[in-house]
Amino acid sequence: MRYLPHTEHTRRAMLDTIGVASIEELFEQAGAPLALPPTSLPPHKSEMEVEQHLSKLSGMNRAAGDGAFFVGCGAYRHHVPASVDHLIQRSEFLTSYTPYQPEISQGTLQYLFEFQTQVANLLGSEIANASLYDGSTGCGEAVLMAHRITRRKKALLSGNLHPHYAGVVKTLSHMSSFLVEQSEVIAGQSATTDLIAKIDDETSCVVVQTPDVFGSLYDLREIAEAAQAKGALLIAVVTEVVSLGAIKAPGDMGADIVIAEGQSIGNGLNFGGPYLGLFACRQKYVRQMPGRVCGETVDADGKRGFVLTLSTREQHIRREKATSNICTNSGLCCLAFSIHMTLLGELGLKKLAKLNHSKAVQLSKALSSIEGVEVLNQSFFNEFTIRLNKPAEPIVESLARKNILAGVPASRLWPDRAELDNLLMLAATETVSDTHIDDLCAGLKEALDA
Amino acid sequence: MTKTYYSPSHEYVSVDGGIATIGITTYAQSQLGDIVFVELPETGRGFKRGDEAAVVESVKAASEVYTPVTGETTEMNEELVANPGLANDDPENSGWFFKQTIINEDELTKLMDRAQYDAFVKENR
Amino acid sequence: MLNNKGRVTRPQESADDLVEAQDSYSGHKGLLMNEPLLFEVGGLDKTGVDLPECAEAETMLGGLERVDEIGLPGLSEPEAVRHYVRLSQQNYAIDSGFYPLGSCTMKHNPRLNEKMARLPGFTDIHPLQPQSSVQGALQLMDELSHWLLELTGMDSIALSPKAGAHGELCGMMAIKAALEAANSSRDIVLVPESAHGTNPATAAQLGFKVASIPADADGTVRASAVQTAIEENGAESIAGIMLTNPNTCGLFEREIKAIADAVHEAGGYFYCDGANFNAIMGRIRPGDLGVDAMHFNLHKTFSTPHGGGGPGSGPVVLSERLSAFAPIPFLQKSDHGLTLVENLNDAEEDSQAQPFGRLTAFHGQMGMYVRALSYILSHGLDGLAQASGDAVLNANYIRARLKDLLNQPFGDQACMHEVLFDESSLADSGVTTLDIAKRLIDEGFHPMTIYFPLVCKGAMLIEPTESESQASIDLFVETLASLIKEAIAGENEEAFHQAPVHTPRRRLDETAAARKPILRYESSTN
Repeated sequence: MRYLPHTEHTRRAMLDTIGVASIEELFEQAGAPLALPPTSLPPHKSEMEVEQHLSKLSGMNRAAGDGAFFVGCGAYRHHVPASVDHLIQRSEFLTSYTPYQPEISQGTLQYLFEFQTQVANLLGSEIANASLYDGSTGCGEAVLMAHRITRRKKALLSGNLHPHYAGVVKTLSHMSSFLVEQSEVIAGQSATTDLIAKIDDETSCVVVQTPDVFGSLYDLREIAEAAQAKGALLIAVVTEVVSLGAIKAPGDMGADIVIAEGQSIGNGLNFGGPYLGLFACRQKYVRQMPGRVCGETVDADGKRGFVLTLSTREQHIRREKATSNICTNSGLCCLAFSIHMTLLGELGLKKLAKLNHSKAVQLSKALSSIEGVEVLNQSFFNEFTIRLNKPAEPIVESLARKNILAGVPASRLWPDRAELDNLLMLAATETVSDTHIDDLCAGLKEALDA
Repeated sequence: MTKTYYSPSHEYVSVDGGIATIGITTYAQSQLGDIVFVELPETGRGFKRGDEAAVVESVKAASEVYTPVTGETTEMNEELVANPGLANDDPENSGWFFKQTIINEDELTKLMDRAQYDAFVKENR
Repeated sequence: MLNNKGRVTRPQESADDLVEAQDSYSGHKGLLMNEPLLFEVGGLDKTGVDLPECAEAETMLGGLERVDEIGLPGLSEPEAVRHYVRLSQQNYAIDSGFYPLGSCTMKHNPRLNEKMARLPGFTDIHPLQPQSSVQGALQLMDELSHWLLELTGMDSIALSPKAGAHGELCGMMAIKAALEAANSSRDIVLVPESAHGTNPATAAQLGFKVASIPADADGTVRASAVQTAIEENGAESIAGIMLTNPNTCGLFEREIKAIADAVHEAGGYFYCDGANFNAIMGRIRPGDLGVDAMHFNLHKTFSTPHGGGGPGSGPVVLSERLSAFAPIPFLQKSDHGLTLVENLNDAEEDSQAQPFGRLTAFHGQMGMYVRALSYILSHGLDGLAQASGDAVLNANYIRARLKDLLNQPFGDQACMHEVLFDESSLADSGVTTLDIAKRLIDEGFHPMTIYFPLVCKGAMLIEPTESESQASIDLFVETLASLIKEAIAGENEEAFHQAPVHTPRRRLDETAAARKPILRYESSTN
């Protein structure tokens, strides 16, 4: 077996040293005798056979790059430069582990320090951690953190928060006996009036996504002031970080905690994971922040170096009193993000953002001219919502059969709200071509006329 | 006249004019290693004897500090918050944690004096 | 207050500095490059990406244009590549050498996994595109599920948790949901003293009270101790128990069936921390031992790469008692093919599902499922059983070769995939477990796990995995033996305190890092 270095000879020699006749005897001595009932699980396969099998499964899936593709809602298709994937596959990055021994992990620790700085600057905040699993779990952690800081139990979520994110917060809250309220769902506008009206003295945090799930953009300052006036924290959520190359950062608009999904930079769609949770907040909340964090220090020779720090928040030390139970960060996904961000630089990120927005504007104009299609958004970055004159989901399915992936019908995320059934969310990134737009418009026109 | 008492969980209580100054002992700080952070109670907090009153953190460990007497906090050591290393360098003096009133003087009789504490530490090493 | 887990966390003063300081002009030393921070070498006016021009000038940004300087320096491609290559060269890795971290299962990461995960049909698909267009992905998830269920003898699986600790949260949430559905107010979870800190942290987060169970003199938990704890707390208050098997001392919990029975009798559930599954895969099924929920760490047992700390993946298998409560999304087979049920509306008519909710956006760590299945198919059942066998063989070989020099806190007994020693044989030498670890670094090894578990002083937990040859293990064992002998002989104590000296950085001041945290770059002009 190609991954196992032992031969019968070395096994025998080692068994002799231990003083047992067989590996089975070892298991018996340890109190763990072999106990596997008959099973249909097959024996080992060669590399070639595994490739053939998995390639077949891969071939059954319609890859985004195979045609017109406008799917967004929390995960976005961007072009990642070739060097990113090449660099993250270097042995010392791919097969190293958490930097417990900092003297032989300065590579990882330095890129984490750089990553933390990039994230804090991008999100407009003072400090950031070394990442969480993804945007949605980061959102849940932010809410729990706000409860700890304010000593209150009620989170207020914007109705325009991605339903999966809201679902995560609701699950965590219910399980830990916290409360959740949500404001109205309003597609195409910055929905702040109802949200602000619901903030009271028991609210620990207000959670607002911008751009929101329908693509609308928010000036957070009004909400920040309203929340902070009542002693609550503003948690901002960003699911498309490329937007921060074009629009004001939540931290700069008064958000106390900023969560983002970092997948757009450096990481592919991957059917939903692994993704990358960015978490940033005010300096004064550093000891309440969950997750791993890397800090600067010096070594015995006075040279600058980096170490994991503030570990006493974490579960392996505080046990029941930990800030969260999280052990892992998104390691390799952070590195991919950081390398891509380094290649882009501020200059490149701003240009990439401009290009994304330009594609979306082009798409919205093309769609507006189709009868039966209404673009709802007054503002957007690279994603917006249209209302069709019939339910969107069957249209999306029929277009898929023509190799056009037209976006996310609202009913996929809100199956119980019939009033949203005619809504469709579309994203246009730099990977969208004029032909894709033409194909979509032609296909949509045909489907609506039918 | 200041009198100092010691608890089996390695806190000391120095009593002067009805006010208790509480901190951790020299032995305690040697067990914890370099202290990096302390969480102290705000003024006006009421504690019963044995309540968790403060937290002291080193790089690899976090420990609760329990108040050996019932009372209300009157002051916390801001210097210690700014410079946690004081609890290592001078734990039984400038590295004090917080001060509080003493409601029940009898509780002091349940604590050890210096000689008893030193013997206790030696026994349990 | 008594917490004696403190140890030296900064470099100590010394009369003799054993390292010959020979500075270079450039800051580099041969192949060992000194690479500054990105923020010191990059420029706000530099970029390594070319982008096409925009077609459309009109904007719809609602007056929220970002006009400030963000603070993201860029580099051209050659400079960026050099920056990250130099950083990589400062890291130890499995591909470089022996990495015996206990309970981390640092086994070889097959490159086939990486190739398979990068097939466009896996990497370039969106979680919200029509499910009819991703049936291959759903089939892969189904195939992986089948393997994991067969290997454990359990009833159903939740694939979505994003890491081991997340999986633990999932399993405990399923238990809590089951208790709620039964209108039960059981709130006590039993956890052994040797458990990893995530166990009590997870229980506490969900509002459970944690009751600690001591280990016996042989390092394992007695069913009688569990029974005592049940009686002391009252059987009707027991929500369940969280056990790791093999436990964090590398020992198989011999009385695990009796423990499961006791907890079930009392009306509670059995959560098994599956971090150490590498010891028993293909040989023993947790389902046969009475487990109700168990998480996997795909990045441990199933070789998905450790990546410097992540990403992980923590699917959870559930017994029949808990299956109904598995979170959304879950896979469902019907005449139309495979469906991922994201909302209960999509479930089949006769579904018993009462999901406790959603743990994450989308569906879980697909990238890790591909890698894990690639590993599993490569090994097959025979290969997996051989792997667990070799893992146990290797750990016991290390035990046999070091047992006369190092003390096993629970006596000399057959261990599973990892062996635990304490630092008692180093008493009076002035040398600690930490010092031994730092000397090992100079000898070209990543040290074993140190100071965990907390149940003994100066723990050394060594997990070789099945990926090590006898020659590789011999070198490690002989080196460690030499170091121990040197320490006990009282020679050269200073060398232990100064180590490591051959690394890009020497011992770092963790005290300063924690007292005055600097978590980001600030230019001196700020």
